[in-house]
Amino acid sequence: MDDLSVRCVEHANIQFTLNGKDVNCLVPVRRNLVDFLRQDMGLTAAHVGCEVGVCGACNVRVDGAVVRGCLMLAVQVDGLSVETLEGLAESGEIAALQRAFVTRNAMQCGFCTPGMLMTANELLQARACPSRLEIRDAISGNYCRCTGYQAIVDAIEMAAGEDA
Amino acid sequence: MSAAAQTAAGGLIGRSVARADAERFVAGRGRYLDDLVLADMQHVVFYRSPFARARLRAINVDAAAAMPGVSAVVTGADLATVCAGWTTRFAMWPAHVSAPQNPLAIDEVFWQGEAVAAVVAATRAQAEDALELIEIDWEEGEPVVDPRVALEPGCPPCHPAIEHNLALERKIGKGDVAAAFAGAAQVVRRRFSFGRQTGVPLEPRGILASFDRRTGELDIQQSHQAPFQMQEIYASLLGLPLERVRVASPDVGGAFGIKLHAYADEIAVVAIAMLLGRPVKFQVDRLESFVSDVHARDASVEAQLAVDAEGHLLGLDVDLLFCFGAVSAYPRSSIGEALQALDLCGSAYRIDAFRGRVRGAFVNKVPTGAYRAVGQPIACAVIEQLIDDAAAAIGMDPVTMRRRNHLPARPAEAPMLPAAGGIPLGPLSLDACMDQLLENMDYRQLRATQDALRQRGVYRGIGLCTFVELTGVGAGLYGPNQVRVAGKEGVRLSLLPSGHIQCRTSATDQGQGTRTGLTQIVAQAMGSPLETVAVAAGDTSRDPLGGGAWASRGISLAGEAALLAAAQLRANILSIAAALGEQSQDGLDIVDGMIIGRDGEALMSLAELALKAHYDSTAIKLDVIPELTVERSYAPTGKPYFAANGVQAAQVEVDIETGMIRVLDVWVVEDCGRIVNPLLTDEQIRGGVVQGIGAALFEQCIYSENGQMSNASLADYLIPMASEMPQIHVGHVTTPERETSLGAKGVGEAGTVGAIGAIWCAVNDALRPLGQGVWQQPFTPAHVLDVLHHPEMRQGEARLPPF
Repeated sequence: MDDLSVRCVEHANIQFTLNGKDVNCLVPVRRNLVDFLRQDMGLTAAHVGCEVGVCGACNVRVDGAVVRGCLMLAVQVDGLSVETLEGLAESGEIAALQRAFVTRNAMQCGFCTPGMLMTANELLQARACPSRLEIRDAISGNYCRCTGYQAIVDAIEMAAGEDA
Repeated sequence: MSAAAQTAAGGLIGRSVARADAERFVAGRGRYLDDLVLADMQHVVFYRSPFARARLRAINVDAAAAMPGVSAVVTGADLATVCAGWTTRFAMWPAHVSAPQNPLAIDEVFWQGEAVAAVVAATRAQAEDALELIEIDWEEGEPVVDPRVALEPGCPPCHPAIEHNLALERKIGKGDVAAAFAGAAQVVRRRFSFGRQTGVPLEPRGILASFDRRTGELDIQQSHQAPFQMQEIYASLLGLPLERVRVASPDVGGAFGIKLHAYADEIAVVAIAMLLGRPVKFQVDRLESFVSDVHARDASVEAQLAVDAEGHLLGLDVDLLFCFGAVSAYPRSSIGEALQALDLCGSAYRIDAFRGRVRGAFVNKVPTGAYRAVGQPIACAVIEQLIDDAAAAIGMDPVTMRRRNHLPARPAEAPMLPAAGGIPLGPLSLDACMDQLLENMDYRQLRATQDALRQRGVYRGIGLCTFVELTGVGAGLYGPNQVRVAGKEGVRLSLLPSGHIQCRTSATDQGQGTRTGLTQIVAQAMGSPLETVAVAAGDTSRDPLGGGAWASRGISLAGEAALLAAAQLRANILSIAAALGEQSQDGLDIVDGMIIGRDGEALMSLAELALKAHYDSTAIKLDVIPELTVERSYAPTGKPYFAANGVQAAQVEVDIETGMIRVLDVWVVEDCGRIVNPLLTDEQIRGGVVQGIGAALFEQCIYSENGQMSNASLADYLIPMASEMPQIHVGHVTTPERETSLGAKGVGEAGTVGAIGAIWCAVNDALRPLGQGVWQQPFTPAHVLDVLHHPEMRQGEARLPPF
């Protein structure tokens, strides 16, 4: 019935900070965060690996916490601060991790790498010198199909040592 | 000569150089298929069959076609107007008869997930919305799901275009098997079940195709391992000349064999691009990848081994049954895994009597195809477990029994020996690998600890797996089978006016580090600084024709082609240098990017020479100026492949209360010949081992009785996570390949080849005091508890026919 129908809202305006810059834009309400960042913002570091929050390839930082870009809607970042790997790389925040990942070859195809760096950085901010077991636990929400993980654990350990 | 010059001249091959690509990846600047955007690009999504077998009584796409943003909805009949169908054929195996295939199903579907119709729209979301409005009137059929049932007399074929479901039958034999078994001190028998797996590259498949109607050129970007193979296929199916078809690959987010095939949905996308005359992109999502990427393994095996009282292997008898899919994967077929599983079983050992049979059945499931290590893990796991059983039966240490039977490392002059399954092999180093492995793992100490812990109710097991793997496969595999896949790899080197060396190669890189290895080889061979050599690959319009990435061939074949090309380019450069300096070429050299005279004096830089040769060539007093671009290709001619070998060991702990298996450590000692980059080589092995651990413990495509894959998501199909994985200790023995001047063999699959067998043996070593053993891979906690507590779930007696 016409008088009872709810008007379908397809787009919403959001204002948020993206890698330190203010953004004000209209987004489809059903678009998830990682698709929004990749398709609308042109930031392709976060990758879509599973679309069910398992693999961690889409990890981004929202208001200081690393989250799955595929499990959050773009409209939910209204008023918040979003940081992608591009932002962390540009600011120099993850320079030690980047160096260690390259030196130790802690990636092969590179598809999981941005999400992995997001998680590793969050770990090292919480614990300056994590044990290898703690590192393995921390990155267990990030799938890597190429390396077998040992090189990644080595690299995070190396970066922790450098920071200390 | 400066220190830097010495390094450049002598030390780049064998050094752990970091990958240039890695700098981009850690900055989030990878460029994968889904990152590419073209003007006017449309997105394709597929309606996939919900049934393993059904007829389409009627299909109505009108409502879908009327949805916002939709530019087309296409069916199998629509695409048949622009794209031919195809049939997988292997000329040497005429009995392998597969049903024909089409880009989209026509009238009937043969597996759950088969693409039926495509929606093309301005955005993927719009295409997915429209997909839900496609109406199909289905008549559900009776799928054939079980391979044993499929091969029973009277079972209807899983596809009306084939007469029966027997896709492959091969029998091989040698020696007097009956006598070997009759005279044995012990005969051990086992059944094995290898689960159905898939490769799960973290970036799913994807393709972006555009067709320019003005020029008739088809331009394709595809996440793939073998661009030249795809160029052939698209040209022939779409009726275009080869030179008008370009296939290129951006960064590829993992492949592992999964991105080696020609998939119907990808061919459909190319046909749609031609039909519409605008760019179309298809990015496979994770859910559909599970029911469209090739599956692999899925075999049941019955086998027996005869040994004498001193532990000599007398006879081996193996019967394997593979469960394929509804059709044979195109163009490489589905039979390779089955053939390798049989032919390589026991190939690391002297066994005089051998009887083997392998069969493969077509069923209504996703087609099977190449996945890392193709059949070899099955071959290894079977013989290694039988050896452990035989060793236990005669009271011998499993190491001793392996040593007693290893093929010898033979002298250079001796011909290659055929191993048990009839595969000829090159020089091996099995005992040397075993020596180093035992030292690295401290075998005696581990055994002592194992015994001590058993007294306290802790069940640890140690498993070994000797392996021989086929790498560097040349033209002998696909050529005689009339399959257009190049067995060679090509390299083209150009001296640019800047003095830098540009290298284009057919060998593609999905993260292995092939480009980096080739950079090292070219830099060393040319006397150029590492940073002045740029290697690129993955584009049929720019690269010399060659195979791509498969069968552990990148460095071993393309590396040799690089050496050949560099030798000629170097000679050309020196002849120009000699002419410029009006002196003889003898004694001139290139060191660290400088042309050096016979007294060690610097004559000119490569950049100065290149500028003259490219832009000011009248200064060069030669009638013909030698080319500054040289192309060479290489495929082994003296043997069909390079045999690499090694030994792996695993230590596991089984919790007999919960059935959980923990892999504590893995050791690998591997011989891949000359190592170009130790860092990247070790990482290939580690990654391969972890895929083997995944197979052994977690991964399985689970099918219902009506042919539905019931765990088709990354939340339900378990792949290894960091917290579950052990440290993997890698060592090397180096026996250079003698066919090439580089001396490298392949290494990309070695980890996967041996890990499954090592873990299989380790788990059953842990359970041996309980008198039970696992037999169904993956070894889930449920399976472990089943074999411990439910007699009906234990492996039955292996049933092999009398000799």
